Amino acid sequence: MSELPPSTGSIRRRLTLQLMSGAAILATMLFFVVLNVARDLAESSQDNILFASATSILESAAVQGDEVVVDIPYGALSMLGNVSDDRVFYRVMAGPMLLTGYDNLPEIVRGRAEPSGFLTASYGGEDIRMVEVSRRLSLNGQAVDVAVAVAQTRNGQAETVAQMTRVALFSGAGFFLVAAVMAVLTAQSSIRPLNRLAGSVSRRGPKDMRPVAGPVPSEMVPLVTSLNRFMARLKTSLSRSEDFIAEAAHRVRTPLATVRTQAEVVLRRVDRDENRQSLREMIRAIDESSRAAGQLLDHAMVTFRTDHLEREHINLADLAEELVARLTPVAELKELQLVTKLDAGCEIYGDAILIQNAVRNILDNAIKYSQTDREILLEVLKGGERSILRVTDQAGGFPDALTTKLTERFARGVNSEGTVGSGLGLTIAKEVVEAHGGQLLLQNTDRGDGACVTLSFP
Amino acid sequence: MRFLLVEDNEGLATAVLDRLRMDGHVVDHAPDVSMAEEFSATADYDLILLDIMLPDGDGRDFLKSHRARKDETPVIVLTARSEVSDRVGVLDLGADDYITKPFDFSELEARCRAVLRRRGGSSSNAHRFGDLVFDALAGTLDVDGVTVALRNRELRLLEIFISTPNQIFSKAKLVDRLFSYDEDVSENAIEVYVGRLRKHLAGSNVEISTVRGLGYRMSKS
Repeated sequence: MSELPPSTGSIRRRLTLQLMSGAAILATMLFFVVLNVARDLAESSQDNILFASATSILESAAVQGDEVVVDIPYGALSMLGNVSDDRVFYRVMAGPMLLTGYDNLPEIVRGRAEPSGFLTASYGGEDIRMVEVSRRLSLNGQAVDVAVAVAQTRNGQAETVAQMTRVALFSGAGFFLVAAVMAVLTAQSSIRPLNRLAGSVSRRGPKDMRPVAGPVPSEMVPLVTSLNRFMARLKTSLSRSEDFIAEAAHRVRTPLATVRTQAEVVLRRVDRDENRQSLREMIRAIDESSRAAGQLLDHAMVTFRTDHLEREHINLADLAEELVARLTPVAELKELQLVTKLDAGCEIYGDAILIQNAVRNILDNAIKYSQTDREILLEVLKGGERSILRVTDQAGGFPDALTTKLTERFARGVNSEGTVGSGLGLTIAKEVVEAHGGQLLLQNTDRGDGACVTLSFP
Repeated sequence: MRFLLVEDNEGLATAVLDRLRMDGHVVDHAPDVSMAEEFSATADYDLILLDIMLPDGDGRDFLKSHRARKDETPVIVLTARSEVSDRVGVLDLGADDYITKPFDFSELEARCRAVLRRRGGSSSNAHRFGDLVFDALAGTLDVDGVTVALRNRELRLLEIFISTPNQIFSKAKLVDRLFSYDEDVSENAIEVYVGRLRKHLAGSNVEISTVRGLGYRMSKS
């Protein structure tokens, strides 16, 4: 199979990560916004109550005789007491004079025009929120500023804020989770047309060069267009090289055929032994070169096809029968018997043209190396889970040392002296069988009179 | 037999014509598809030898229209292309067999015989000589009403003798005709086959005689 190109990482993962980090930033922002709003809200509601409390105390301030009297209404402080166990402090001043309350509460610095002011401060080791309102009363014809300060510790508010923080945290996390799930789904759905395209291209047969026609998202149109253009170019160059091989074979083989035929004609006409000998040599040389050329072409084709097997269901018995029918006239010329023992139920899923080519090469060898009047046995049988095709001849067998070397390209058996052949036949058979996940086994028969080539397919 | 050879290469065609005529066959030659169609429409052939790459078209087109005309004449394709890629297409289009160039004439003859035998050869294929009836297609020899099945080399040897009776054939020439060129056999190997034929001919008025120093000859006694 072809090598994978270097990967720059997954688009889907990148897209998912980008969407998720966006979601994380938004979720964090949401958390802080909610937290701030909650804090402001808690503070302003405390301020409102403090302000109402201070105002109601201030309302009760009045001038009686020549002094300022404050009657702190019960509700003014109880309205503050409803939140947790916060402590409340107050101070009422008439001008510089303390009327009642805590003298040491912090001062709020405010402009003269402002009737009220707020302060967050520390008092007695605790955080407090404080408000001060003032009114001007007339005492003995003189204006006196009555200022009421009310302060409350912030425990209740802190608790509210903590509660709000939890809510904000949960809603932020929830938002993030939902966004993350959506990011994964979005990344998946946006990558889906790419996967669909890759699937439809890789499912194609090796000779399927049709342009991709299915609708694709507009972003993928340039990719598909250039893919289609590339396939068109590939198709042209493939058919050009197929034509070239056919043309080359034609150009080489036709003159060879002419020379061979003429040599045969002349051989019939001449009587002198030396002439006849050279004519025979010539014919042999022609046969050798054309067989070598044929096997090289076969081998090239086999190498090309083993990368992309065109598989179908093949009945091995039918395939064997067809080959035997085809080769019988050639075998008969040497009075060789092609005997078959076929199990009709042997089926494999493979490339018929390749397997036929492999078996033909083995049978060709058997015919080539056999002496007159011998038998060649072609068997198709089941061996457990495997389907086995076996050719047994009586051509003398392989020398032991050669059985492994034989299948390497161009290696030839010793019996081949004087026999035409380029030795590629077994190489082709081995490559075909191995491309189908099977094995090629070379053995000599028990009696040692011949070779036994076994092709076993899973 | 009568052949139609469809082949555009002049040199090859001439050689094949020579070679086939040498065996006493009648051969017409068409250099392209249109001539081939003309020939096959006007004459009856026993067999058509068809090249694939032709100047005015593809031999396969001829094959297609040949079969479409319901012409039963068997066709053997002479292909110069790759063994594997071509064979299937050619046989699917209705060729009876194919042979790759360059080809051995013994193989071509064997294929012709096989094709004609499959098609049920006519009785005109039976040669008569003396009281022999020899059917090369069926591979049988009738001697005195007894039919013998001949093995391949016996058959080819008898065919050689019977096509030119009374002619002397040297052992060397017979070796060339009976054995393939890549087999190394001595001339004495011929004696085995002549011996076998003589056994089959026993009881007939035909005999194969040895001409000392020259070879063998078949004649009526």
